Amino acid sequence: MAINYFYPDYEVVRNEKKCIKCKVCVRQCANEVHTYDEEFDCMTADDASCVDCQRCVSLCPTRALKIVETDNIFKKNANWSQALITDAYRQAGTGGVLLSSMGNPQPYPVYWDKMLINASQVTNPSIDPLREPMETQTFLGKKPRTITFDKEGNITSPTYPNLKLNIPIMFSAMSYGSISKNAHESLARAAEQLGIYYNTGEGGLHQDFYKYGANTIVQVASGRFGVHKKYLEAGAAIEIKMGQGAKPGIGGHLPGTKVGEDVSRTRMIPRGTDAISPAPHHDIYSIEDLRQLIYSLKEATDYKKPVIVKIAAVHNVAAIASGIARSGADIIAIDGYRGGTGAAPTRIRDNVGIPIELALAAVDQRLRDEGIRNDVSVVIGGSVRSSADIVKAIALGADAVYIGSAALLALGCHLCRSCHGAKCNWGIATQRPDLVKRLNPEIGYKRLVNLVHAWDHEVKEMMGGMGINSIESLRGNRLMLRGIGLTEKELEILGISHAGE
Amino acid sequence: MKRVYVNEDWCLGCHLCEYHCSFANSGKSDMVKAFNGNTKTTPRIVIEEGDDINFAVQCRHCDEPLCVKGCIAGALTVTDGVITIDDTRCVGCYTCVLSCPFGCIVTDNEKVIKKCDLCISRTGEPACVKGCPNAAIVFEERG
Amino acid sequence: MLKKEGQIRIPSGCAISGFINRNGKRISGDQIVKSISYMHDRSNGLGGGFAGYGIYPEYKDLYAFHVFYEDSASREETERFLEEHFDIVNLSRIPTKKHKNITNEPLIWRYFLEPLPTKLAASQLEEKEFVAQSVININIKIDGAYVFSSGKNMGVFKAVGFPEDVGEFYRLDEYAGYAWTAHGRYPTNTPGWWGGAHPFALLDYTIVHNGEISSYDANRRFVEMYGYKCTLLTDTEVITYIIDFLNRKHNLSCEDIAKIIAAPFWSKIDTLPAKEKEKALLFRNMFSSLLITGPFSIILGFEGGIMALNDRLKLRSMVAAEKDDMVYIASEECAIRAICPEVDKIWSPKGGEPIIVTLNNGGDSYGN
Repeated sequence: MAINYFYPDYEVVRNEKKCIKCKVCVRQCANEVHTYDEEFDCMTADDASCVDCQRCVSLCPTRALKIVETDNIFKKNANWSQALITDAYRQAGTGGVLLSSMGNPQPYPVYWDKMLINASQVTNPSIDPLREPMETQTFLGKKPRTITFDKEGNITSPTYPNLKLNIPIMFSAMSYGSISKNAHESLARAAEQLGIYYNTGEGGLHQDFYKYGANTIVQVASGRFGVHKKYLEAGAAIEIKMGQGAKPGIGGHLPGTKVGEDVSRTRMIPRGTDAISPAPHHDIYSIEDLRQLIYSLKEATDYKKPVIVKIAAVHNVAAIASGIARSGADIIAIDGYRGGTGAAPTRIRDNVGIPIELALAAVDQRLRDEGIRNDVSVVIGGSVRSSADIVKAIALGADAVYIGSAALLALGCHLCRSCHGAKCNWGIATQRPDLVKRLNPEIGYKRLVNLVHAWDHEVKEMMGGMGINSIESLRGNRLMLRGIGLTEKELEILGISHAGE
Repeated sequence: MKRVYVNEDWCLGCHLCEYHCSFANSGKSDMVKAFNGNTKTTPRIVIEEGDDINFAVQCRHCDEPLCVKGCIAGALTVTDGVITIDDTRCVGCYTCVLSCPFGCIVTDNEKVIKKCDLCISRTGEPACVKGCPNAAIVFEERG
Repeated sequence: MLKKEGQIRIPSGCAISGFINRNGKRISGDQIVKSISYMHDRSNGLGGGFAGYGIYPEYKDLYAFHVFYEDSASREETERFLEEHFDIVNLSRIPTKKHKNITNEPLIWRYFLEPLPTKLAASQLEEKEFVAQSVININIKIDGAYVFSSGKNMGVFKAVGFPEDVGEFYRLDEYAGYAWTAHGRYPTNTPGWWGGAHPFALLDYTIVHNGEISSYDANRRFVEMYGYKCTLLTDTEVITYIIDFLNRKHNLSCEDIAKIIAAPFWSKIDTLPAKEKEKALLFRNMFSSLLITGPFSIILGFEGGIMALNDRLKLRSMVAAEKDDMVYIASEECAIRAICPEVDKIWSPKGGEPIIVTLNNGGDSYGN
């Protein structure tokens, strides 16, 4: 039926004068867009298969290629966008749920971009991070409420396990399975070198990566894939994943095609079977159940490791976070609606959850109102795109941030949002050996280290500008922020004044 | 001395090294000119492709090179560990082509043979190393 | 209309001075007035004030409240509140002298108080907490009333004006104390409000501060979790609350407080011996939101002593000197030399290194 024909979203434009027919595009496109026609001695392209991942463009030695958006359009309609119309056709054809990957790309407001950062002038000196110490080291975890000493001055009050971060940035949970082994190795090695942490996601920990345990957060999610005693003991902290910003309220699904020998062993499931994480943890139907899991995990690891509870930013996030803080969690991780995913139902990714900026502001204030902010650390993600976002997040009240998409960008991701296709041309969101090898961890980890160092430098510069020389004095320091173009209500929720006030 | 090494784990078989090699040896200022002109320069590096494994091969600059031993005109010599060809002496007998166990000596449109000289005279860093997108070809000192 | 302290945050630069007699010998208030007057140019006439310790020996066991009233209605309401909660042993207007540079004065009253035992018991609070909460209650709830001094055997005197004029206005030469601190204010934008002048006080803690801290909102939002309410939005107010929180509620010493608010850098902590390191790490971690960054030099006054402290980068000037049993601290050396030309020793304390002076024999002799 002709109605099933979709004009391609992208067109491959080849400059014939520049093309030397080296065929690198042919060899590098896993979607088989490019072909070489022997008969006519020319290059051809099937635009319909192109996902605009930019692999061919990046590798073309003569810059003969570019990908453009098609100008084929349906009759303009401000209500029925072209995407909605084609989605309806697609679903009428298949009867299926639409899938997408990476973060919500819809044009909702980005509150990071509606906040401005302060700087010192005259009354208070700015500090030059090249001349003076500038500290971004931080600790995550519960802080003691009281401190007592014996006669010799030894501390007698209880203390709690904390994570030490040289830089208030961590790599967010991305499972082995959703991303490749080489991607994991890059993250693990970068975390080790940076003195920060990466997160296994719900995919278990590959046997080769136990050596990075001191810089690993091991995740326990609703499918409990790859969870065993040694796994829990291997990490520096344990994260209970209750939700994910890209798909709040639903679980996960790793198709059997991605479950090869290695993934199967790591996840402890038979090869080729679908790995389905249920929507809820079936042993957590209420907050008191969460408390039991938190303490089970603490018990299993001898109270030596902080427990993180990760939730998606949803409408009632402040009350939920407060409940988590009172349930024995040491760290609360909140994932905003722009957070990434390897695969999520499109409608959920694009319509469920709330912006992380508002969620963070609400949670931080709520925990303070209840006097329990020092009992937990707050880590946010989804999505943190630059050092400026980090400064704003910390000023709103975050202890540290999780970066996922940004880390993948460092590894080559071009945000083509086709992870669910499992044919990632950059060797990240794929398990196909020929594609996985495109990500050389030796290059990957260095690029991650560079990115985080660069952001750390920028955070320090901005802190110095504000006259702050330690990250803890920025945390929750909302006076350092001003809103721009925000309503009274938005300012009230963010707890900041408007620019000019 | 620094040599070119290939790590087959990271070789994608994209063949970009071959094109960068040809371009480097073409004497042209632009890659498009080097390939879309009348003459094409044969690369001194060749990708060997298998099902799951690829790797690039070019002159190993052997410690005891058979090509140099066999050269009837004294055109091939070892200078500072690098085997180079003197175009004025090469008589085009191709003994070296036959004797190289790696198949790394190639012929072109001209009579004289062509081989990898590590790009020393041109850029300092071999073009294949520079052009490899996955650091599968490296130029380094190894014990 | 210009907003006053509490409605807007106003940065200000300043002058501070203070001294203490280790043996508790009481010194006339005209000395501190003379000292601060030498730093006239560090103030701009928009605020000056003093704190004296050991000045009310005859009432030394009673809480001395100094209160500003905008009108008699607020006074009546406040007195009703005080009568309900305290035994008012004495009340009077604070004696002042008309001064051409000091205008628009509010009603200024002084009360010597003892908490009513029944009310105190009913509140289930410790006595000091009961008094502190009463002060906070009056300041937040009663419009036009502002308690600006509330400790025992000590008092704060402050006004809009240059500090030397304020000293004359309050007739400080008629008081004598074992320790005095003074403040001259240079706010950048204020209509000048008497309550906004410094020192800021809670119970017997007083702070005079020169600087503008960049960690303000981080500090404020943390202490506000523990029942404090920063109504003035000034640095001095939040620093006072931090000190009250650490000293009174956590029983930490001045040395430890300095290690928290002007914490050593991580690189320094790494080099400390194990036991000290453990403590320093815990302090920085547990009280991370109480680290004060940005320039400050403060003199804290408390029952039986004073502490002076600079920010850890020493972004504000502060010098200290000793002569016999006297210790002097000031923003500039001239303020010390003005009242003690020949010192035994004078030095510039390092950033983050506190100078703590307490009365000999544990402070028992103070006020005698």
